[in-house]
Amino acid sequence: MPDPKDCRFAKTHEWVFLKDGVAVVGVSDHAQHEISDVVFVDVPKAGRKAAQGEAVAVVESVKAAFDIYAPVAGEVSEANPALAADPAIVNQSPMDKGWFFKLKDVDAAQVAGLMSFAEYEEFLKTAH
Amino acid sequence: MTVTAPPRRTPLYQIQKESGARFVDFHGWELPVQFSSILKEHQAVRTAAGLFDVSHMGQVWVTGKDALALVQKTNANDAARLKPGQAMYSHMLNEKGGIVDDVIVTCFGPERWFIVVNAATREKDAAWLAKHAAGLSVEVKDVSDLMGMVALQGPNAKEIIGSVCPEAVALAKFAGLEARLWGEDCVLTRTGYTGEDGFEVIAPNAVITRVWQTLVARGTSSFGLLPCGLGSRDTLRLEAGLLLYGNDIDDEHTTLEAGYGWVAKLAKPAFIGKAVLEGQKKAGVPRRLTGLKLSERGVPRPGCRVFAAGKEAGTLCSATYSPTLEAGIGVYYAASPAPQPGFALEVEIHGKRVPAVTVPLPFYKRS
Repeated sequence: MPDPKDCRFAKTHEWVFLKDGVAVVGVSDHAQHEISDVVFVDVPKAGRKAAQGEAVAVVESVKAAFDIYAPVAGEVSEANPALAADPAIVNQSPMDKGWFFKLKDVDAAQVAGLMSFAEYEEFLKTAH
Repeated sequence: MTVTAPPRRTPLYQIQKESGARFVDFHGWELPVQFSSILKEHQAVRTAAGLFDVSHMGQVWVTGKDALALVQKTNANDAARLKPGQAMYSHMLNEKGGIVDDVIVTCFGPERWFIVVNAATREKDAAWLAKHAAGLSVEVKDVSDLMGMVALQGPNAKEIIGSVCPEAVALAKFAGLEARLWGEDCVLTRTGYTGEDGFEVIAPNAVITRVWQTLVARGTSSFGLLPCGLGSRDTLRLEAGLLLYGNDIDDEHTTLEAGYGWVAKLAKPAFIGKAVLEGQKKAGVPRRLTGLKLSERGVPRPGCRVFAAGKEAGTLCSATYSPTLEAGIGVYYAASPAPQPGFALEVEIHGKRVPAVTVPLPFYKRS
C-alpha cells in the first residue's frame, strides 16, 4: 500500500503513485467517501492512450455515476481485475486494493506537477 | 444561474443533519438521501428495520355526508369495501384514465376519510378533489403543512412500533387507527413503500420529532434499525414493483398500462376515467410497464434508452442497481404486445449497449 505522502493528487480526486516509470491510479479516500457505495467500475482496457484530464473510467454508486480522469497522460498498461467482482474494495481500500489502472509512458514532470498529499488536504478544506 | 426558492425542510431536518445525513433535493424538499450507506440501509429494511422521514408527503381529510361519494368518484379502487379502520392503495384518475396520483385511502368512519398523497402532486390533488366536491356535502381539508410523517419498515417493525403506540401492534395489513400521541391527534397505518411489513405514522409537526427519536432509540438498541434516506427508499420500492409517481406513472399513463389492473374495480358503478379503462380492457393496452434486468454488469438509470433487436423500444422510467438481485434493474413502457419474460433487450448506458432481459414484476417479493 503506497503511503499517501508518496502519492500525488489531482483536483479531480485521483491519486497517482509513480514507481519504475509506471503510474498507479486510484481515487482518494475523500472521493470514495463522497461517491459512497461503489457498485460498478468501468475501467479502461490495456493499450488505451489517455491525455491528461481525459475521462477514462466510470464509477457507479447506487445513486449516481462519476467520471474518473487520467491525472497524467499515458497508456493504460493494466486495469485492476479485482474491481469487476468486488467493486466495494474502492470504498474499503481506496489507496491499495481499490486501485483503478496503471499508466505507462508517463511524464514524471507531469506527475510532479500534481498536488502533494499536504497540498491536497489543504485543497479539500477550500474546495468541494 | 437561476434563482430558485429556498428548499423546504421537514421538522426532522435538524436532528437528521446532526446525525450525519446527506441531503438531496426532491421536488423542492431538502431530504436525506442517506445516513450511513444506501446498501446498508437497504439491507436493514430487508432483514431488520429502517426508519424513513416522509414528512414531504401530503395528507387530505375528506369529511361530511357525501365524503364516500367523493372518494368513490375520484378513485379507481372501491372505497365502499372498506370498513372503518381499513385502508387501500388506489389511483385517482382523470377523464382520460391517466393517473392524477397514486394514494392510500383510509376509512375512519362513513363520513371521515383520510388520503395520503405524493409531495409533488399535493396541490393538484387537493384542487382536483375540491373541484369534484362541487355540489356535494363534503369538506376537503389539506393538512399536509401541519403534519410530519415517518415510515417504520422491515420485519422487525412490529417489535418497535409499540414504543410509540401499543395499540398499533395489533393492526392488520392495510389497516389504520387514530391515536393520541404526546397529547396530539395522530394517524397510524400498517402500510409502506418497501415491500416489507411496516407502519406509517402521521403526527403533528410538534410531536413528529419525539416519534422519530423514540422509534430510533427502541429500534437501534435491540432490533437492528437504521435511519434511512431516499436512496434506499428508491431501491427498495423499485425491487418491490411499487410505482413512483412522475417517473413510472403520470397524467398520461393509465392504471392498466402501469400493470396495476387489480387497483381498478370496474364493477364499481362509476368513477372518473372508468370508460377509458373499460375500453382498454376490451381492446388491449397500447403499452405496458415492463421490467428488465441487465445480463452484464452496469447500472441503468432513468432516461436510458432501451433497444429490442437493434431498434429503439423505449426509455427507462425507473432504474437502479438492485442490492437484492445484485444486478441493474429497470422498468420501461413496452409497446403492445409487450414482450414475455426472457426477451432479449439492450440498455444504452454511457453510450454503450448492455445486454438485458425482460423479467416479471415485481423484481422482489418477500417469501
